[in-house]
Amino acid sequence: MQHRQITPEQWDALAAEPEFRTLVATRRRFVVPATIFFVVYYFALPVSVGFAPQVMGRPAIGPLTWAYCFALSQFVMTWVLLALYLARARGFDLQAARIRHREAREVKT
Amino acid sequence: MTSQPSLIMFGVFVGITLIVTYWASGQSTTSRGFYTAHRRIGGVQNGWAIAGDYMSAASFLGITGLVAFYGFDGFMYSVGWLVAYLTVLLLVAEQLRNTGKYTMADLISFRLRGRGVRAIAAVSTLAITLFYMIAQMVGSGLIVNLLLPRFPDYIAIGVVGVLMLVYVLFGGMLATTWVQIIKAGLLIATALALSLLVMGHFGFSMGAFLTAASKVPISGRPTNLLQPGLLYHGPLGAWNLISLGLALVLGTAGLPHILMRFFTVPTAKAARTSVAWAMVLVGAFYLTTSFMGLGAATIVGQDHIGKRMYAGQAIEYIAQHPDQQQRLNGQLVHDGFIVPVTNNNLAAPLLAGNLGGPLLIAFVAAVAFATILAVVAGLTITASSAFAHDIWFNLIRNGKGDETEHLFVARATAVAVGAAAIVLSIALRGFNVAFLVGLAFAVAASANVPVILLSLSWRRFSRGGAIAGMLSGLISSLILIAISPVAMGTHALFPLDNPGLVSIPIGLLGAVIGTLATPDPASEQMFDQLQVRATTGLGAEV
Repeated sequence: MQHRQITPEQWDALAAEPEFRTLVATRRRFVVPATIFFVVYYFALPVSVGFAPQVMGRPAIGPLTWAYCFALSQFVMTWVLLALYLARARGFDLQAARIRHREAREVKT
Repeated sequence: MTSQPSLIMFGVFVGITLIVTYWASGQSTTSRGFYTAHRRIGGVQNGWAIAGDYMSAASFLGITGLVAFYGFDGFMYSVGWLVAYLTVLLLVAEQLRNTGKYTMADLISFRLRGRGVRAIAAVSTLAITLFYMIAQMVGSGLIVNLLLPRFPDYIAIGVVGVLMLVYVLFGGMLATTWVQIIKAGLLIATALALSLLVMGHFGFSMGAFLTAASKVPISGRPTNLLQPGLLYHGPLGAWNLISLGLALVLGTAGLPHILMRFFTVPTAKAARTSVAWAMVLVGAFYLTTSFMGLGAATIVGQDHIGKRMYAGQAIEYIAQHPDQQQRLNGQLVHDGFIVPVTNNNLAAPLLAGNLGGPLLIAFVAAVAFATILAVVAGLTITASSAFAHDIWFNLIRNGKGDETEHLFVARATAVAVGAAAIVLSIALRGFNVAFLVGLAFAVAASANVPVILLSLSWRRFSRGGAIAGMLSGLISSLILIAISPVAMGTHALFPLDNPGLVSIPIGLLGAVIGTLATPDPASEQMFDQLQVRATTGLGAEV
């Protein structure tokens, strides 16, 4: 991308375009629920372990406790969410690239 | 313990990194090259470098030691520090790359065009990096003190300081990046090898390993390290865990030296790739902390983790401390050495000693040293950008001044920061390392993160809100740490070890109240532009 001067009015016009609004909305539809999910899933760990150490300290798989299983599942949760986001982000990239290219044409003409 | 193999291996690492620095030295002739390596680092490389920047001595020596002594509760650090990357991935990395130039303050002051905003953002960056840097350098002194007893710790701190300055001054961000990549590879390989050796010790039977970890003899009683509650227990245990979790999960997204790495890649897409790689590498590494920590507890034994004394030295010590005579005499007869005071920071190197003998211990010590060196170099360049770019170039010179001047100030700041860190580290070497890292994370989570997130997402967010948010987060976290049990012991005025649970909401509240009290039409007007830039990458710095 070369340095182009985009005026404040042009920025505001871009922000109002339906294509851009759709991109912001689709991004938000993934990011907001994903964030709420990982925050809830993560804090369930210190809360359950902190307030019910006896229960969480019971063995689940062999000698491995429920607490440790839950902690290890956080790694899986993190990586799965990462994979889901990477798959979704390809779509965001395409939409963003379309907006950038169209904008470049409009500025040239 | 002989020190020669350690020194030779560390020397090899230093030699290789100096060659890299020499190769990189032609590249940092502009401020853009110095701070961002011309934004030409690939996404994968940057992912390794982020991992190298992130896995500090606190991660490698600290968490391994905490798992060895407190089992599950220590592992909670690993979980929090990995999950933290979801905040970076989903909410910060790409937007930051698209809207910033060199520093975190660039993002915050994009639509909050006040001198005050940039000044406070720069000050909080300097505070966080300095705390973090002192923690690392004090840590390097500890390793040397315990592993190479003949070397005074201030020499280690001085060596780390001088080497780090050589990387930064001559090689800029490009050399720093490669030092971090090399170190990340070394550290991950070491952690995997140690984990495999631990499993080999148990005949590669997960059942045997976990069974041993579930009944580790601690002061004569079998203790289950897989159970929670060994470190955080009692009525405050749960709140301590939640407060710590909050600081860990949010703090990472406000660490200036991690954020700065996103300016070294060409696009937001590459920024995302780098977070993805970092998450895989850091996650794999944090999984190994369980194997290394539980391995150290079961194979080395907690009583044996600490500075060891042999033969004459041991007998002399026992004679001077008759109160411990019985225990230490038993140890001397049984093991041939004594450990008068246990120190969990040494769990990883001593585990290596048990599994692979003196050569492996030397290797692990050298890797730990390399780890500290790479992290400190990244911190120095971050501190240098906060002063030279934010304070000098933007605030004092009002954006005037040429490249030569800018680069000179950047390098001079690096020297000043390095010198300050060496002096402060030597002065503060009695301080607890975890305490200093805790300060850095708490300040980052309370002062920076609410303001970064609100500036990206709240149209009405104002200059007054940013200043109030950063100041209230910064001041409340510093005060709460100063009156916490970590600083004041049993007479603490504030009950929690980590202030996050209170100081993060205070920072957020400050930002919201400040915004409601001082409307900022200019900032509201800029929100559309920020949103278009952050989402599409239009007009991003190249």
